[in-house]
Amino acid sequence: MTAATPLPVPADPASEAPVTRAEKRKKRSSANRAATSLSSRTGSLVAIIMAVLWTTPTFGLLVTSFRTQADIQDTGWWNAFGQLDRWTLSNYDMAFNGGGDNATPMGDFFINSIVIAVPAVFLPLLLASLAAYAFAWIKFPGRDWLFVAVFALQIVPLQIALLPLATWFTRVGIGGTFWALWLSHTAFALPLAVYLLHNFMKEIPPSLLEAARVDGASHMRIFLQVLLPLITPALASFGIFQFLWVWNDLLVALTMLGGSPENAPITMELNQISGTLGNRWYLLSAAAFISISVPVVVFVFMQRYFVRGLLAGGTKG
Amino acid sequence: MATVRFDKATRIYPGNDKPSVDQLDLEIGDGEFLVLVGPSGCGKSTSLRMLAGLEEVNDGKIWIGDRDVTHMSPKDRDVAMVFQNYALYPHMTVAENMGFALKIAGVDKSEIKTRVADAAKILDLTEYLERKPKALSGGQRQRVAMGRAIVRSPQVFLMDEPLSNLDAKLRVQTRTQIASLQRRLGVTTVYVTHDQVEAMTMGDRVAVLDKGVLQQVDTPRKMYDHPANLFVAGFIGSPAMNLIHVPVDEGGVTFRSGLHIPIERERLAKLDGEVVVGVRPEDLEPAAEHEGLPVTVEVVEELGADAYVYGTPMEGRTDLEQGVPKPFIARTDGRTPPAKGSTVYFKPKADHVHVFDPATGERLTD
Repeated sequence: MTAATPLPVPADPASEAPVTRAEKRKKRSSANRAATSLSSRTGSLVAIIMAVLWTTPTFGLLVTSFRTQADIQDTGWWNAFGQLDRWTLSNYDMAFNGGGDNATPMGDFFINSIVIAVPAVFLPLLLASLAAYAFAWIKFPGRDWLFVAVFALQIVPLQIALLPLATWFTRVGIGGTFWALWLSHTAFALPLAVYLLHNFMKEIPPSLLEAARVDGASHMRIFLQVLLPLITPALASFGIFQFLWVWNDLLVALTMLGGSPENAPITMELNQISGTLGNRWYLLSAAAFISISVPVVVFVFMQRYFVRGLLAGGTKG
Repeated sequence: MATVRFDKATRIYPGNDKPSVDQLDLEIGDGEFLVLVGPSGCGKSTSLRMLAGLEEVNDGKIWIGDRDVTHMSPKDRDVAMVFQNYALYPHMTVAENMGFALKIAGVDKSEIKTRVADAAKILDLTEYLERKPKALSGGQRQRVAMGRAIVRSPQVFLMDEPLSNLDAKLRVQTRTQIASLQRRLGVTTVYVTHDQVEAMTMGDRVAVLDKGVLQQVDTPRKMYDHPANLFVAGFIGSPAMNLIHVPVDEGGVTFRSGLHIPIERERLAKLDGEVVVGVRPEDLEPAAEHEGLPVTVEVVEELGADAYVYGTPMEGRTDLEQGVPKPFIARTDGRTPPAKGSTVYFKPKADHVHVFDPATGERLTD
């Protein structure tokens, strides 16, 4: 699918139909209006100012990560441009090795983070898309109430559930394992995921599903071969959000893995790399950039879905 | 191929107390092209969807051939449906769209390919097989939707207003193509439309529905010549039949001009002193003064070959439409139309007068 809209609805009645054409024109013109107002000169200027303001601290951090401890303590990061000969990779070197003296090399935490994040993204996607299909297209008693209940669960802050959940995980014997993290991330993600995907599924013209049913498709086949391909943008954007959230999560990891540092994700390592007395804090910026690298790569590769999914949610949801 | 039978099939939507389709009794012969027609909300689409299995049947039965399909799921009915909005799968190519049902049925790949290619050839879609629906024009999408149905060689074709999204010219072309394709394939077809011209031109038989109740099933010719009731009389034909309320006397209806329409005595007895006389605009001919019904001309539509005269009759009364009496319409020769504001006289051609009971709507003459 290469169209700008997520659903090049075939149902999208023949271009000849006058009403539809008028509707299309209307949509296009409001999109156009938004596009023109955003690309006007003032608009661009505001955007540039915002972009500079937002990225400057990050950029400073990036520069800092290449400076020596002494330089960081002495002067601000912008001075580094006058001292190009003093730039160094030693912070990265040390951060990779877990902060010098004892510890586990950062690579291990990296792998932990990936092991945690991948199932914690795919599990909620799978469950939520199945649930969303049922909520959107299968009639069963109590459906609407159940859906409201699922939606309402978003109100519950995860901090409330954290400790009871951790205790319970310990009792059933998966405390401190990856399972504890996968399950809790999945559980916390589900309400939003179900709601989001449900809205997308609901947007698909019912006649498409009816056509599939008359063609002989079962629920499973309709789900896999008709619906899933059509909600790829929604899946992708939720997937990215969830990945970023899990990758950057410290609170859940700390609570669930408190006692088993061997499973710790990279955020926990970041938290500790400056040492118990904070004597290696100059490593923080380097370590942070190592940690950021993966989300950046994921984001760059999937951003075309991301943007498209968001726009679609904006105009259709 | 098979027959289709609705046996007192009824559909009541939850929350409604009136049925949307009320005890539909209808038999469709093997290979027949039956058109369901009626105004919007008359239950024609619901009937079709009941046959497809997309709508629950609350009462009665539906048979395809000798199978009772009343509660069967759509996938087991062996029917193919063409939707009003085509409902093509946007992420699949034309070939995949057409082959989807066969793929589900487990037909092997090479056979799917030949069958899709054959159907594509019939519908002139061969060069578009690798395209996605969004790269097709409206007419091509419509043909893909048709192709998806014929590839399957199902027992019954169901078509739900498949032409309503095409422009006028293409609609007329495609209308003929679908009708001839259906005759060639000989597959039993149920076709839903709100357009009575489509109904009259395409169907072997036409079934007219109103408010969920079947009004009449007949060949287009019989439907036109012998409408069974007031609703069918007013619905079939364009421009519509003139329907005038006139009082009755002992032997029937007598117009001031001397035109007399006899009505059987026992039928007269049931009437409330009034009947509705119907004459189609094309069954009226000009008459000499005082020999026909006087009509004051209000508008003349000149179409070249013919002209339609719209006016007010000086005798009897027509039904109201949006608070205004419906005009009396007559077809006259296109080269010598009457002048606006003048009074002209029309008399019906013999044997082309229909008489109805205004209370029940039933036809009184044969």
